[in-house]
Amino acid sequence: MKQFLSFFVIGLFLGILFIKSEVASWFRIYEMFQFKSFHMYGIIGSAIALGIIAVKFLKSTEAKDFSGKEINITPKEKGFTRYIVGGIIFGLGWALAGACPGPMYVLLGTALPSILVLILGALLGTFLYGVLKDKLPH
Amino acid sequence: MDLIYSTWPWYVAGPLIALTMFLLIKMGKKFGMSSSLRTMCSIGGAGRLVDFFKFDWKKDVWNLYVVAGVILGGFIALQFLSPTAPQINQEVLVKLQELGINSTNTAFLPTELFSLESMLTVKGFSILLIGGFFVGFGARYAGGCTSGHAISGLSNLQLPSLIAVIGFFIGGLVMIHLIFPLIF
Repeated sequence: MKQFLSFFVIGLFLGILFIKSEVASWFRIYEMFQFKSFHMYGIIGSAIALGIIAVKFLKSTEAKDFSGKEINITPKEKGFTRYIVGGIIFGLGWALAGACPGPMYVLLGTALPSILVLILGALLGTFLYGVLKDKLPH
Repeated sequence: MDLIYSTWPWYVAGPLIALTMFLLIKMGKKFGMSSSLRTMCSIGGAGRLVDFFKFDWKKDVWNLYVVAGVILGGFIALQFLSPTAPQINQEVLVKLQELGINSTNTAFLPTELFSLESMLTVKGFSILLIGGFFVGFGARYAGGCTSGHAISGLSNLQLPSLIAVIGFFIGGLVMIHLIFPLIF
C-alpha cells in the first residue's frame, strides 16, 4: 500500500504538471514543431540540464536509493537503426496525435472518448512491435 | 492562486520534471512512461502469443501506479485548475486556420480532431488511431519515448537517446510540414 501510494502521488503530481505546463496540449506540440515558441524547448532543455547535474551528482557521490540499495542507471544499448527509425516513427505519431505516452494518459481527464482511441492505437502499436521485433533491423 | 490557475512557465515545469526523474531514481526506478504500454499488453495476455510480452510484469507494476496517478492528476488539473486554454503564438494560430483548425486559444485540444463528432468520422478515427499507433510502435522500437530518451537518456548523456531524439524531431517535422498539408 505504501509502495502504491508513493508512486501514485508521483503520478498525481506529474499529471497536474503535464496539464498546467500544457505539454499535453496538441497545440503546444504543433507550435514546437513550427519553432514559434520557446515554451516546449525551455521545458525539455531545463529538465535535461538539471537532469544532467542530478545524474552526475548521484553517480559521483555513489548515492543510494531510498531503500539503501546502490543506484544503477542502466546505459542504453548501443545501436543506430532502431533509434533513428523508431524515433522517426514515434515523431510522426507525436506530431499527429499531439501527445506522447504520458500526456495520452493525462488527457483521459478531458473525458473525451477520442483519447481512448489514441491509447488503443498506442497499445496496438506496442503489440505489433512485439510481434515483428525479431524481423526488424535493430 | 494565480500560480495555480495560470500556465506554469517553462522554468517552473522543466525543473519539476527533473525533480520527478530524480525522485523516481531515488525510489530505485526510472522515469519512462511508454513501458507501461508493454506492461498492459502483458497483463492483457499478450505473453501467450508473443515472447516480447512474456516477462515478469509484476516487477513493473509500479509504472501502472504512476499511470493511475497521472490520470487522476490530469482530471483534477483539467476540470478544476485550468480556466484558460493554452495561448498559442499568433502566426501559428493563422497557420492552423489555414488548415481548418479554428479552436486555437479556446480549447486545450483542437475540437476539430478530438470531439466526439470528429471521432465518429472515418478520417477523424483514423487520425487518432494511426497517431496513437505510431507513438506506441515507435516508442518500443526506439526503446523509449520523450521521458525515457529525451529526459532520462539525455540526462545520462546517452548517445542512443540523442539519435532517438533526432529521430523524434525528423518525424515530427515531416508530419507537420509535409504530411499535414495533405491530410487537412
